[in-house]
Amino acid sequence: MKTRHHIRSRHDSRQRGCYKALLTSISAALFAMPSAAFAAGTLAGTDIQNVASATFDTAGGPVTIQSNTVTIKVDELLDVTVSSTDPGDIITSPGQTANVQTFRISNTGNGDEAFTLTANVANGGDDFDPTLQQIILDTNNNGVFDAGVDVIYTAGANDPVIAPDQNITVFVITSTPAGVSDTNRANVSLAAAAVTGTGAPGTSFANAGQGGGNAVVGTTGAQSSANGFLAVQATSVNLNKTATILDPFGGNRPVPGAIVTYSLVATVAGTGLLNNLVITDPIPVGSQYQAASMTLEANALTDAADADAGTFNGTQIRITAGNVPAGQSRTVTFKVLIP
Amino acid sequence: MKMIVQIGAAFAALAGASIAVAATPLQLSSDVFVERTISRDDGTKTIVLEKPKMVTPGDNLVFVVRYKNISTATANNFVVTNPLPPAVTFDGTSDGLEVVSIDGGKSWGILGNLRIAKENGATRAAQRSDVTHIKWNLNQPLTAGAEGKLIFRGVVK
Repeated sequence: MKTRHHIRSRHDSRQRGCYKALLTSISAALFAMPSAAFAAGTLAGTDIQNVASATFDTAGGPVTIQSNTVTIKVDELLDVTVSSTDPGDIITSPGQTANVQTFRISNTGNGDEAFTLTANVANGGDDFDPTLQQIILDTNNNGVFDAGVDVIYTAGANDPVIAPDQNITVFVITSTPAGVSDTNRANVSLAAAAVTGTGAPGTSFANAGQGGGNAVVGTTGAQSSANGFLAVQATSVNLNKTATILDPFGGNRPVPGAIVTYSLVATVAGTGLLNNLVITDPIPVGSQYQAASMTLEANALTDAADADAGTFNGTQIRITAGNVPAGQSRTVTFKVLIP
Repeated sequence: MKMIVQIGAAFAALAGASIAVAATPLQLSSDVFVERTISRDDGTKTIVLEKPKMVTPGDNLVFVVRYKNISTATANNFVVTNPLPPAVTFDGTSDGLEVVSIDGGKSWGILGNLRIAKENGATRAAQRSDVTHIKWNLNQPLTAGAEGKLIFRGVVK
């Protein structure tokens, strides 16, 4: 790196030697101090004024003089940071609506700035693309999505204005397609861009800054985005039916008078909870249901439509097995007579 | 009549100028530059000092205070004081001969010797970011025509 300087020391040679040391510290400072360390910082539009004074003694006594005042104005620095504030994947299920993902937009610049928000549900590298329903601004600032209270975001109409070093919470509301499978994940991103402008760091927008100065793009490029994930938890159920025959002679032939015991095993696979498992089975034509022969998990059930889980309506058995966690199974048995 | 008025005005201006010289046998001027890194096409970078009208937080500033004895007499006990603008963090001087104040100009010392009281009653070593004023005591007499400059650096907060 070559360093050129417009200032030379003239006072004495000792100063010159020290000035070389200063130059060394300049190059060190350049790398040691990225602008990002100065989040917000001095507010845009602030005047920096410098004036020096000197006192000295003359034959006429002590004298004090002032230098001129040199004034420079602090420009607006455009910087923004977006982050996902979800603790992890947001759980969804096939066909679910109103998935809520939470993001934080921080104005790391030094002026009041409006930001345009864009959600992307079609990122690559994931398993499915949800459908974007809405972007919602957390207008009551409680960090929680309150339907009907927090305001729907419309780009260009209510771009949020964020004060320096302040942040807002934004919710991205999506729906999950019906065809997704257990463990599928979706990458949903939210981007924020300064309305004044974006670009390479150092890009300047003349007179566009707060307080009358320029607006200068900071290290973030005045835009930022963050990803959050949806994860599908889905269950599937597998029903296995077997029959055991006991004939009147102690054997296992399907002869008149034999009793057939059917066993239905419903096994829940996947992740999460299968809600409201109902098992029905019509009684085979030509056979007779044996009254009060239903069991669920080896517990006897009555045939009447009453408090217990089993019902026989004359043509089929119906057992409401309730909510079943993935990995578990429910076994139902009933008996018929071969007449 | 008109001519007399003009002569009178010119005389008044001359008299005013001579009075001003008598009152300020030293000139003192303040200037500020900002460091800009310029990338060349060949990939090298150059640091140049520009006279800024606008800066942004994090910019490195170089303040230059020039002084010159424009009288015919020697000035003694020459002291230059520069309050630091509130939006600027002190980042050293070129000569290292300054004393600083961390309390708005009430007390002075070398930065490494100053301590700041913490809320819990203990003290900590003062940092450059604590500096509020910079002062140079030039121990040598400033003879007629002598001049020099004092340079300090700051970072826009």
